[in-house]
Amino acid sequence: MTKGPGKGELARFVYREARLIDEKRLDEWYELFTEDALYWMPLVRGQTDPHSHTSLFCEDRFLLKVRIERLKNPLSHSQQQPSFCQHVLQRPELVGRDEDAGEYAMRTPFVYLETRLDEQFVLGGVAHHDLRLEDGGLKIAVKRIELLNRDAALPSIQLFL
Amino acid sequence: MTGNSYASSPDALRALVRPDAVHRDLYISEELYELELERLWRNTWIYMGHDSQVPKPGDFYTAHIAGSPLVMLRGRDDEVRVFLNRCAHKGTRVVSAVQGNCGSALRCPYHGWTYRLDGSLRTVPQKGGYRGTEISESAHFKGLTPVPHQEIYRGFVFVRLSNEGPDFHDYFGDSLSSIDNMADRSPEGRLEIAGGVLRYYHDCNWKMFVENLNDAMHPMVAHQSSAGIAKRLWEEEGDGGEPPMVVQQFAPFVNDYDFFDNMGVKIYENGHSYTGVKFSIHSKYSSEPEYERRMIEAYGEKRAHAILGENRHNTVYFPSLTIKGAIQAIRVARPLAADRTVLESWTFHLAGAPDELLKRTMTYSRLINAPTSVVGHDDLHCYSEIQQGLHAQGNDWVSLHRNYDPAERDGIAGVYNGTSEVSMRGQFRAWLKYMLPRGEAGA
Repeated sequence: MTKGPGKGELARFVYREARLIDEKRLDEWYELFTEDALYWMPLVRGQTDPHSHTSLFCEDRFLLKVRIERLKNPLSHSQQQPSFCQHVLQRPELVGRDEDAGEYAMRTPFVYLETRLDEQFVLGGVAHHDLRLEDGGLKIAVKRIELLNRDAALPSIQLFL
Repeated sequence: MTGNSYASSPDALRALVRPDAVHRDLYISEELYELELERLWRNTWIYMGHDSQVPKPGDFYTAHIAGSPLVMLRGRDDEVRVFLNRCAHKGTRVVSAVQGNCGSALRCPYHGWTYRLDGSLRTVPQKGGYRGTEISESAHFKGLTPVPHQEIYRGFVFVRLSNEGPDFHDYFGDSLSSIDNMADRSPEGRLEIAGGVLRYYHDCNWKMFVENLNDAMHPMVAHQSSAGIAKRLWEEEGDGGEPPMVVQQFAPFVNDYDFFDNMGVKIYENGHSYTGVKFSIHSKYSSEPEYERRMIEAYGEKRAHAILGENRHNTVYFPSLTIKGAIQAIRVARPLAADRTVLESWTFHLAGAPDELLKRTMTYSRLINAPTSVVGHDDLHCYSEIQQGLHAQGNDWVSLHRNYDPAERDGIAGVYNGTSEVSMRGQFRAWLKYMLPRGEAGA
């Protein structure tokens, strides 16, 4: 049996994922997700599934693609003055491993900055990645973002946490 | 015009609203904003919350309306009452959480005065210290102050903070039929708040949002980059079968001008209106057979089809509440300043309906109304840009001319083509009526 990815490789994957967003390499970022992927930011604390309550994000690949294509589109007026973001990650922690299935659960506290000219806001929370080995490479099956101030009145969040 | 003249000059207020245009100060003047809170938001009926948010005795929910902290509380007698959220003693807010359960009594955190669930004063520590003073004759010993007027209509709790003003039914009239239709969509005729609340901070005046709700000329432009792209991607990459619900919900936003014009808009007096008189963007969602079966079982076939055949899009209950009956979602405007507003999006479970309906509702609310919504980003961007653009000096007026007919001056209620700006003209007629000092409105 071949040995699965080590903690270092798993952490590097999570770092790279954030970096691709920050550098707006969103087509490459999109390829990190499995076909059945879920990019999810719950609205309610303790929300156990995306369907019992509204979510802030609950995106399958199709909806991720809509966002990515929109950001590239010159008709996206809210991005005529573009937004930029920066993730600052705490070291990702391996919190679950199933070698037989090739599945790895990572937990990563983060700070997220999003800026648009003179306006900047700061969000924070914990990102949970359910990673899966597919064809020898890691993919994101679920990225769940537990936003700290999810009950606040939030401004437009235009990029990806 | 700037200066300190609006509060004392009815003529200055009248000069701001023409039949077919409004002055930019309506959006950018802090003085007018303060006057709106004092008059419009106190003299009219404002949405507080839904009684299903406080299902058990002792349950409370708080909100700020026209600057006043309020608490909605369910009593032991099952009645829902709204009080000023301030202790009768020194003014501490008696509850500070947004919602919760206070048990059998409310207790002020500062000096421990307690109140029964009907608001009456229960205990005051060391009461003997008040012997011989006049406090027992004063408001301080009368308990929590109830709001002057409240009305609960099919679970929707409205308050009027001023002692004078229109009667609830006179104010809303037949526009209440939109609330009826939303509640009737439950096989039990009952709505329950469910799914959480999306709170979206807007850096714009509250009226831009309210006007937008019946603005049928913007979707095909503003939402081209969001709904338009979703529709195109599905056409390019979909499997050719029935589109998923997200595409069904996105795509109609970029229907053509004829569609939005033909759907029609119905106008009531006092600023209320709804789009989607004949059909709407919600008309073509795929059906839910189990839900329809339960509706027919509850109402009979004819009545069930009549209820479900209504596809009203947005109904505006001027100035605070907007509802989408066909999708069971509401948005509530909570103004913070002339250029700051919080919009709250709430969703409802139709009592007795399958869970699929609530899932559809929550999907819609997330896709369209969330701070993370691409459609929301389009809209808010435009409002923010208006907020900034109106600071330009040299063109003081905001146009409301589209399909204006001078006959509107004699009464604006009626059905009009969907892309008319008549709903906005109706809102500003109401705005002026309730902004004028009492006794001046008819002048």
